Amino acid sequence: MATAEGQQHPISIYLWIWGLLFVLSFFSYMVDYAQLEGYLRWSLILLFMFLKAGFIIAIFMHMAWERMALITAILGPPLLLLVFIGLMAIEGDYTFLTRLEVFSQLPFVPEVHH
Amino acid sequence: MSQDAVLTGSGDVAIQEGLGGVVGDWSADKQTFIVPWGKAMMWIFLLSDTFIFSCFLIGYMKVRISATDPWPIPSEVFALSFGGDPIPLILIAIMTFILITSSGTMAMAVNFGYRQDRKTTAVLMLITALLGASFVGMQAFEWTKLIVDEGVRPWSNPMGAAQFGSTFFMITGFHGLHVSCGVIYLLVVAKRVWTGFYDRKGTYETVEVAGLYWHFVDLVWVFIFAFFYLW
Repeated sequence: MATAEGQQHPISIYLWIWGLLFVLSFFSYMVDYAQLEGYLRWSLILLFMFLKAGFIIAIFMHMAWERMALITAILGPPLLLLVFIGLMAIEGDYTFLTRLEVFSQLPFVPEVHH
Repeated sequence: MSQDAVLTGSGDVAIQEGLGGVVGDWSADKQTFIVPWGKAMMWIFLLSDTFIFSCFLIGYMKVRISATDPWPIPSEVFALSFGGDPIPLILIAIMTFILITSSGTMAMAVNFGYRQDRKTTAVLMLITALLGASFVGMQAFEWTKLIVDEGVRPWSNPMGAAQFGSTFFMITGFHGLHVSCGVIYLLVVAKRVWTGFYDRKGTYETVEVAGLYWHFVDLVWVFIFAFFYLW
C-alpha cells in the first residue's frame, strides 16, 4: 500500500492493467474496423474510452491509493466541463441551423476556400 | 496554540518580507495534501492541462456540429496501404499501442524506482522515452502524408469541412508537443537515476512525478483517439 516512502505495489498489477489496456484499445479499434454505426458505435467508443481512462488514472497514476482530499481536488473540478460541453453542443446546433437558414437565402454561393 | 501562533503559521517559522515572505506564507505549516510537494504540484498542473485539452476538444465538437460541409471520414483519411487494400486507421492504432506500451514501461520504472533498483529504473525510463520518440516520429509521418499527399491545410481540405484541418493540427500538434516535452523530461530524470542522484537524495519520488506526466499524455491520447479518430 501507499506509505511514507511512496507507492509500492506488486509488479503483477501493472502487467494486468497493461494487458487490459491493450485489449480495450483493440476493442476500440474493432469498433471502427467493423464499421459499426449510430448509437451502438458512439456508446461503445465512450465505454472503452472511459474504461481505459479510469484504469490509467486509478492504477498507473496511483489515484486509487491516494487520500480523499487529493482525489476530490483533482477529479472534482473537471466535472464542470460537462456544463461547458452541454452549452457548446446547444450553441453548435444553433450555429448549424443559422447557417442552413442564411446560406440557403443568399443569392450567391458563399466564398469557397481552396 | 495561541491566536498569534495561528496567524503566523507555526511558532518556529520566522515571518519574512518580500519574495521570501511569499514562499513562506504559502508553505509554512499549512499542508493539505499529505503527499510529496512535487507530486501535489504535478497533479495541479495536470488539472490545468486537462482544462486546456478539454477546451480544444470542446471547440472541435462545436465546429464539427456546426459545419455545413460534410465532415471528412477519419477512417478513410487515416487509412494506410501496405501494398494491398488500405487498412483503416492502422497507423493511429499502432501509435495507440506504442503509447500504451510506453505507459506500461513507465509504471514499471516507478515501481523499480521505489525498490531502489537504479539501473532497471533508468533502462525502463529510457525505453519509455524511445517509445515516445517513435510516437512523435509516426505523427510527423502522418502530418507529412496529410499535408503533402492529401492537401489538408488548416484552412481547407479536398475532403469536406475546412474545420477538419484546423482542429486536427491544433489538437494533435498540442498533444505531440506534450509528448516531445515528455521525452526530454524523461531523459533528464533517467540520467539522474542512472548517475545515482536519487540514491543520494534518498527518494525516488521524482520518478513517480515524471510518471504522472507521462501517463497523463497517454490519457489525453485516449480521448483524442476516441473523439477525433473514431467518432
